[in-house]
Amino acid sequence: MSIQAATPSPPPSPKLPRRKAPLKPLFDGAEWDFKLINKVYDTMGEIALGEMGLDIYPNQIEVITAEQMLDAYSSIGMPLMYRHWSFGKRFAYDEAAYRKGQRSLAFEIVINSNPCINYIMEENSMTMQALVVAHAAYGHNHFFKNNNQFQQHTQADHIIDYLAFAKTFVADCEDRFGQEAVELTLDAAHALMNQGVSRNLKLRPRDPAKREFQREMARREHEERTYDVLNRTLPEINRGEPVAASALTQANSSAAEQRRLGLPEENILYFLEKNAPKLADWQRELLRIVRNLSQYFYPQRQTKLMNEGCATFVHYEIMNKLYERGQLTDGTMLEFLHSHSSVIFQPAFNDRRYSGMNPYALGFAMMRDIQRICVAPTDEDRAWFPEFAGNDDAYGTLREAWANYRDESFVLQYLSPQVMRDFHLFALKDEAKDPAVRITAIHDEQGYRDVRRRLSRSYDVAAQDPDLQVTDADLSGSRRLVVTHTVRNGITLDKTECERTMQYLARLWGYRVRLIEVDCDTGRVLKEHEVLPMP
Amino acid sequence: MQIVDRRLNPKSKSLGNRQRFLRRAKAEIREAVKDAIKSRKVSEADGGEKVTIRSKNLREPSFGLGRGVGNRDFVLPGNEQYRVGDAIPKPPGGGGGGGKGREGSPDGEGQDEFSFVLSRDEFLDLFFDDLKLPNLVKIKLKDLKVSKPARAGFSADGSPSRLNHVRTMRNSLGRRIALRRPSEAEIKDLEDQLAAAVAETPRSETRIAELTSALEHKRRMRKTIAFIDPLDLRYNRFERVPKPTTQAVMFCLMDASASMTESLKDLAKRFFMLLHLFLTRHYREVHIVFIRHTSTAAVVDEETFFRGTETGGTVISSALEEMMKVVRQSYSPADWNIYAAQASDGDNFHDDMPRCMELLTKEILPICQYFAYIETAHGERYADTLETQVWSGYSELEEANAANFAMRRVTSPEDIFPVFRDLFSANGMAA
Repeated sequence: MSIQAATPSPPPSPKLPRRKAPLKPLFDGAEWDFKLINKVYDTMGEIALGEMGLDIYPNQIEVITAEQMLDAYSSIGMPLMYRHWSFGKRFAYDEAAYRKGQRSLAFEIVINSNPCINYIMEENSMTMQALVVAHAAYGHNHFFKNNNQFQQHTQADHIIDYLAFAKTFVADCEDRFGQEAVELTLDAAHALMNQGVSRNLKLRPRDPAKREFQREMARREHEERTYDVLNRTLPEINRGEPVAASALTQANSSAAEQRRLGLPEENILYFLEKNAPKLADWQRELLRIVRNLSQYFYPQRQTKLMNEGCATFVHYEIMNKLYERGQLTDGTMLEFLHSHSSVIFQPAFNDRRYSGMNPYALGFAMMRDIQRICVAPTDEDRAWFPEFAGNDDAYGTLREAWANYRDESFVLQYLSPQVMRDFHLFALKDEAKDPAVRITAIHDEQGYRDVRRRLSRSYDVAAQDPDLQVTDADLSGSRRLVVTHTVRNGITLDKTECERTMQYLARLWGYRVRLIEVDCDTGRVLKEHEVLPMP
Repeated sequence: MQIVDRRLNPKSKSLGNRQRFLRRAKAEIREAVKDAIKSRKVSEADGGEKVTIRSKNLREPSFGLGRGVGNRDFVLPGNEQYRVGDAIPKPPGGGGGGGKGREGSPDGEGQDEFSFVLSRDEFLDLFFDDLKLPNLVKIKLKDLKVSKPARAGFSADGSPSRLNHVRTMRNSLGRRIALRRPSEAEIKDLEDQLAAAVAETPRSETRIAELTSALEHKRRMRKTIAFIDPLDLRYNRFERVPKPTTQAVMFCLMDASASMTESLKDLAKRFFMLLHLFLTRHYREVHIVFIRHTSTAAVVDEETFFRGTETGGTVISSALEEMMKVVRQSYSPADWNIYAAQASDGDNFHDDMPRCMELLTKEILPICQYFAYIETAHGERYADTLETQVWSGYSELEEANAANFAMRRVTSPEDIFPVFRDLFSANGMAA
């Protein structure tokens, strides 16, 4: 049994790498202008696209002020967003924190779109601009374009158009039905946002946002054109309602209906959009917008560690290469290293600053480690990673990892004993009945695989969110909707939050909603909740 | 790659979101503003406010896993001493054990309580809302600068309507002289000479050629040198200069006897606040003097003025005398605009009224820009037609001094503004 030195080493003072060419700096000092950013961007391109073999969307770099950065924060970082009070709340919150100095703003925001939009702040010094261009315009951009999660779940070409459509559509609904009515629907949809993701994607045909908008417009125009007062006298036909229960199919209807509804369905928003009996068409469209956004952000939740790790690794490589080529001054390099090391700082669990695993730190450390294993493997590495240890193609190996993995699988596949030792990782078990938390594995020979497996689990978004599915919807009789929560490890839902959210769910469904919490192993019903929509 | 400069894009993109957010929490924010007014000084009615609200309307629930139930595994960094099998006792009450980061979301989103800063405008909006101010007045009060245009010389550009003809023509003339623009007469003279030369019997071709070229030159000069060039144009220039403002002193008089309850004082405070707001719009410097009285009067600080209660009778004239004393000591009517605002519940010693009337008519009203009296009363008191001592006394004054005396009964905040309406129309301060 071997335990590494218990005392953490003090943060190493930045040490400059060795220059391989005479100093011909691209810039000197903090001042920047557009021409300079362009020049730096192009020079970085030689390294990123040439040496590292990255593959990116065309970039669009936008310079913004601090206030605009706060704006961007409040609209979940998107350049366009429909209006909703919750964004105003977030803005008020962020602004207060920023003004008090509790929180500093991000240096950049990057959007998974084609062309890839990078926001950079005007306050940044030239060094920081160089850093964020390398980080976002090359690092994140490559990841967005190549990772298969993003390729499958998002359509970078259409997102901006789609947001524009969403914005006009919501504004339009507000004009027609009033802000309150729109809010009622959006609030409810937001509450169910995490349940608006289809994890197992059936490939959907691509449907450009513009066409969607036109379709909606055409539909409305048609309605207006064909509106006839006389039609009002006809009995109304509700859409989404089952064909009148003519009693003959009553017997085998339930199974058939389940099939027709596609139950069980994990995407609750999708299910409501298609099947909720009382919703109007515009409300269904609102649900669709929220659901699409949720789906769009799903890969980002799944690849936080990798995405940041990739971007951090890329900026680190580019900046160092530039320095080696004599294109950065010592001052620039020190400024860069200073902010770089604060970005990848990982406080220990018992540190006051600890707030979970820092994705920048772990991601960067793992990728640097892969690089090391490719170039200079130890025996341990050869044993653990025979596929690529010593293959001398670090960039190729990393590109493959960036393309084909998400956080969970990436950790499971690539976390090396070396990194576990560096981070002093240890696994714990917390059982509700036990008055103490128990250590189950530490970074030693017996523990490596265990720690790695458990850490990987904690990056599985599907395991972090409660597993909820619509399992029954009685459309012809009581109209009761049943949602089942499959309880893993005895972790039931938070009661107050659950009941508040169910209220929203009931509002959308329009009738009684029941939520059953069933233990996944024993099949025993642990809890039941039931709500009626408020009148 | 493309770089776009977005810095000049319209600001506050999220204004719409903020308005929706404020509307959503209006009831709670209004309560918070009410509390804020209570704790503010009269002279601090202006300015933003940090409010903390707890609103059901601002909740954003979602399905989440419960804390402290079931079994969990997690991995932490920074192990220093633990070995497999070690146990860390859980802190009482908390479920997370070693995982500090697991308790509470880091951004506080999950909490109901929420504090943020209202801007000055938003704060005043809510303050005014309560007082039911007319919109025009609201705008006037919120406008920080009072200014009017004043002539400030001439400028080389401006709108055509501001063209200064005299200046422009003077420039034009000077330029024409300097550049030797030929006049009509000169050209006419040359033409005559040319005609004469042509008509002369021994025609001197050289002279004709000379004259022709001279004429051509003059004509060209005349064409190229404009009569009025854009260079000549001069416009009247106006600058917004701050309206001349001076200093004012505001006397707040209040009955401090026990019959003035907390809520009546609160009403009076709003009244004083509003008056102060009005005055700060029009005077560069506004002093406030607080005088409270029972059977004797004293100048006190704001805290004592609104908070303390005293027992004793009620003799209003004592306060009026005190005010005159302060005026004589430090606020000469020649240098200061004097405003007085009195709040009381209408009680006074019967014998004291004649003395009050005398003081007011002879001494105070002549030197006051404005004297406002509000009688705060509980709702039920309004119902009986019984007039209070002070009210019936002051009624005579109101008739005699309509220009600078106003009185009102106030039972709720929205009654306050009408007191000032007369002030506006009479002094033209709003205009």
